[in-house]
Amino acid sequence: MGMLEFFPEWLQYHGAALAVVLPLLMGAICAILPSERLAWITTLIVVSICTVTAFGLLLVTFGGESVIYKMGGWDPPKGISYVIDGLNTPVIFLISAMALLTTLYGLPSVVAEVEPKKRAPFYGAFLIGVAGLLGMVVTGDAFNVFVFLEVSSISTYVLVAMGASRDRRALAAAYRYLILGSIGATFFVIGLGFLYMETGTLNMADIGRKLQELEGGSRVAMVAFGFITVGLGLKLAMFPLHMWLPGAYAHAPSFVTVFLASTATKAALYLMLRFSFTVFDVSFDYVLTVVTYLFTGLGCAAMVLGSLQAIFQTDARRTLAYSSVAQVGYMLLGVGMATSLGLTAGYVHLLNHAVIKGALFFALGAFWYRYGITRTEDFAGLGKMMPWTMGAFTLGGLSLIGVPLTAGFISKLQLAEAALQRGWGWAVFVIMATSILAIIYIGRLILTAYFQAPPEIDGEVVKRNEAPLMMLIPMWILVALSITIGVNSDFVVQAGQMAAEVLGGIS
Amino acid sequence: MFSAIFENFHYTIVIILMMTGLYVVFSSGNLIKKLVGLSVFQTSVFLLYISIGKVRGGQPPILVDDHSSGGEHASAATNLLAGAAEVPAGGAHHASDVLYSNPLPHVLILTAIVVGVATLAIGLALTVRIREVYGSIEEDVINEIDYRYNLEGTDS
Repeated sequence: MGMLEFFPEWLQYHGAALAVVLPLLMGAICAILPSERLAWITTLIVVSICTVTAFGLLLVTFGGESVIYKMGGWDPPKGISYVIDGLNTPVIFLISAMALLTTLYGLPSVVAEVEPKKRAPFYGAFLIGVAGLLGMVVTGDAFNVFVFLEVSSISTYVLVAMGASRDRRALAAAYRYLILGSIGATFFVIGLGFLYMETGTLNMADIGRKLQELEGGSRVAMVAFGFITVGLGLKLAMFPLHMWLPGAYAHAPSFVTVFLASTATKAALYLMLRFSFTVFDVSFDYVLTVVTYLFTGLGCAAMVLGSLQAIFQTDARRTLAYSSVAQVGYMLLGVGMATSLGLTAGYVHLLNHAVIKGALFFALGAFWYRYGITRTEDFAGLGKMMPWTMGAFTLGGLSLIGVPLTAGFISKLQLAEAALQRGWGWAVFVIMATSILAIIYIGRLILTAYFQAPPEIDGEVVKRNEAPLMMLIPMWILVALSITIGVNSDFVVQAGQMAAEVLGGIS
Repeated sequence: MFSAIFENFHYTIVIILMMTGLYVVFSSGNLIKKLVGLSVFQTSVFLLYISIGKVRGGQPPILVDDHSSGGEHASAATNLLAGAAEVPAGGAHHASDVLYSNPLPHVLILTAIVVGVATLAIGLALTVRIREVYGSIEEDVINEIDYRYNLEGTDS
């Protein structure tokens, strides 16, 4: 790896802590900055540093190494350790890179959607949310996971509620998210309590080792696994626990929706993987049962019912939100196979979906920015009114459906391959059927945009008014990335295989 | 069967509180009452953690200076650290003369209490804003207003 030489030795080791501490610290400072422009620049600098650091860490793990960072020099298992390995660096990079892109996008978008006095604190809350997400992915201590989970959740409730100046339903959505999110986090912490009773340690690697010695442990460990699964399931919007998601995505500011859709559920899914496969292990009967039947079953239910619900929405953002529920189903299906190929497929879809949904929500935010459009019926003529943004939306939509030469196709191909190898022919059928449902809900929007004339206001046809460049750039970066992955998927698949190697799974 | 319940009465209390809290969150339509339920639910978890840290016959985890020699002192300290990590909470014992309760769950729960306070504060702040905008803190009323808004696309 030639590029690794650009990263100094200390960054490769201390990067894990830097990426979490810097946004946490600057978030607090950002909130009290007097000017919004200053706050934006601070945010941009901080997330850029995080992205560069995350890229360095990614290169380190691509080189086949892993780093254990001891917080304050205390040795694990007593001290808190941060772990950098093949499983979490792609997610760390995803979170920081998406934070960078959304910050660029935020320059016009936040001005349009958040009240002037609240903009600096808004960026502060955003940075703390980034720190929370990075923290929960990077940490190797189970209780630390809970703390960062709550840090990111609490800042997310605030960010969603900031949508109130544009759409008052954001308040009710944020409240609902707060209630369900807190219940989820509390379930998670109950699970940790039981796990601590069973093993007497909080270090995730140590818990894993102790549970192996106990061969899965007693009923206490089973109960712990149940609570942790439900708690994380709420956070990652596993099918019947997804009720908070559509409201939060539909009414939050566009900036927040993009960031949430492409990172928050992904970080929670990462934790689910970490807990089901490395802390607990699929060699324990109860874990294998839950993974095989519950994850697969709920995943398929999410794919079918989420896609169906997406078809019947009148609001484009809600359509995409329900589609997110369905896409989480695809990831869970891959994870549920528990084979190396299945885990790779699930992980690849985790990364691809973040790219695709990011691009789509970027485009929806731009429609709102120019014309105040969120309803599907108002899409008429958008192909002429905003050709570049609609172009990005179309390519993103095709990728979501899974047309060849896009990232979505790679995910579905991988999933289908894994399903066939596992002997689950029916899963391939479900994937095909839900792709057809995706054609309906995405196709409806695209057809309305291209084949209906722009509306007339006061006898005049609405003129072309393209989105500002600061919105188009991040949007098209993601679209280009989605097509690049579609053409040459090596690096994403390699990341997936690296993760699957850490996770193990059944052979 | 009853003796099992009385011996583990702290679990009984935790379970009752937990279920009460969760029931209140789901059954009540008033936003403030929901938050009260959520707090009760979270408090039950605090109790669960604190009660598992107690070792029967154990002292508070404070260093006792009854041995004047420094060596003893240090060994008590290391035992304390080892105790936090290795003793499965709830009633095991280690080799030292002095039996300590496990302090780690208490420390963890301090963090969880802070998190709970922050959640409650944001929940209450949201409720105030909802009251300002919707003129009600009953979930049914808010849902109805939102539903009408969704159908008509207007506020009235």
